[in-house]
Amino acid sequence: MTALLSISGLQKSFGAVVVADATSFDVSEGEAVGIIGPNGAGKTSLFNLITGTLKADGGRIGFGGADVTTNSAAARCKAGIARSFQIPQPFGGMTVFENALVGATQGAGLSGHEAEAHALSVLEETGLLAKANARAGTLTLLERKRLELTRALSAKPKLLLLDEIAGGLTDAECHSLIDTIRGIHARGTTIIWIEHVVHALLAVVERLIVIDFGKKIAEGEPKAIMESAEVKEIYLGVDPDA
Amino acid sequence: MIEWTGAIVQGVLLGGLYALFAAGLSLIFGVMRLVNIAHGDLIILAAYMGLTTTVMLGVHPFLALLIVMPLMAGLGYALQRGVLNQTLGDDILPPLLVTFGLSVIIQNALLEFYTADPRKLPGGAVETASLDLGGITVGVLPLLTFGIAVAVIAGLQFVFYRTSLGRGFRAVSDNQDIAQLMGLNKAHVFGLAMALALAVVAIAGILLGMRTSFDPAIGGGRLIFGFEAVIIGGLGNLWGTLAGGVILGVAQTLGAKIDPGYQILAGHIAFLIVLAVRPNGLFPRVEH
Repeated sequence: MTALLSISGLQKSFGAVVVADATSFDVSEGEAVGIIGPNGAGKTSLFNLITGTLKADGGRIGFGGADVTTNSAAARCKAGIARSFQIPQPFGGMTVFENALVGATQGAGLSGHEAEAHALSVLEETGLLAKANARAGTLTLLERKRLELTRALSAKPKLLLLDEIAGGLTDAECHSLIDTIRGIHARGTTIIWIEHVVHALLAVVERLIVIDFGKKIAEGEPKAIMESAEVKEIYLGVDPDA
Repeated sequence: MIEWTGAIVQGVLLGGLYALFAAGLSLIFGVMRLVNIAHGDLIILAAYMGLTTTVMLGVHPFLALLIVMPLMAGLGYALQRGVLNQTLGDDILPPLLVTFGLSVIIQNALLEFYTADPRKLPGGAVETASLDLGGITVGVLPLLTFGIAVAVIAGLQFVFYRTSLGRGFRAVSDNQDIAQLMGLNKAHVFGLAMALALAVVAIAGILLGMRTSFDPAIGGGRLIFGFEAVIIGGLGNLWGTLAGGVILGVAQTLGAKIDPGYQILAGHIAFLIVLAVRPNGLFPRVEH
């Protein structure tokens, strides 16, 4: 398999705070990768660097074989990178359908009926079809999370970045969301997922990356990683030498 | 009594022109939160461009629109991408200062090229033609102006709510960062918004120039009328802007009816009353 996303030696700091410290990893086409780490480890910053909201201080981001390190956020979206936000940020004054249409026309480059058909199919997949004409600002939390997913999918991404999409949901809501994400992955969309709700993450991803202080400290098979000493230390405060 | 009704009808029609002044202002503010101090001077610039076109080509001012509109739209796009985009950010002061500077530059450039003599666009027969509507005489040009204003507002409304360009405008207006992540190039979208706004300015300028005489110094006054119409109508509501223009126009003609010297004052007083009673305007857009 070829690497869809290839990150090497990525460097970013805000003053003394390092959010990416020589971070390197590859994500293959069709893979689902989870990223965990404590708060402030640099997970969301990593997404901002990948999508182009933040400019890297150094290192290289390759996507689909091309170097996109200096490309604008809009260009990266058109190339096939889309993300959902931890705190849902819909276009609140527009309807759910229009939110999806923006991605379909601008991100995916569709027009007219094709764009509308694509927006509708995404809404159906994410379970928001019944709310298509509701104003995005009026949605509940679960619906907003689903709208985040909708907005990202409407741009027809090759690489979907999910930022704590399961956070704050009830168990039942979480399960239905996992089913949706599994469906998206099964269609061949590559996924990178940041999540604190570990059981949700483990239900989908094939590989885990652990980040702390902007550094990648572990990477591998999810079960093994969760059992590892580094992760236990970070998450449970267990001293590995004790 | 019929005199007063006549004054009200004249005011409504005058309001159409004010709505045209205001529409571009409202659009730019709505999309990119930019307050364009040079807006009035751009209207006058468009009127002078219309003058040059009619004189050089010997065509009617309405035909001159075919040249002035694309020119103004192109100027708008270039201005936005070349200058104004660099001023936009968290601080609202830079765009105010830069557009103020632009206003001074345009005024002085017009003064240099066209001198301070009042000029007028030769509208021909349409200027003096009138219709008799049951005792009230209405000028064809004001009526046409009002009709064009309604059509322009309806057109902008259509673009905003029914086209992908309009969705782009609204998405960028709603959340710039997310819009960029959705594949929208903010700089380009802003450029298009300014191009559209200045195309409307071109229409406003030509109609103004046919209605009254103009000179390089009167831009500021048009800016104020535009602002007042936008604020009376409620920010972000295009039909409200038309209503705002009409209210301002009626207040002015009624004021002028009482005493010709009260025309401008009456408009400002109506504006102040609305501001005091309904600070968000009469028809503010319902927000989340």
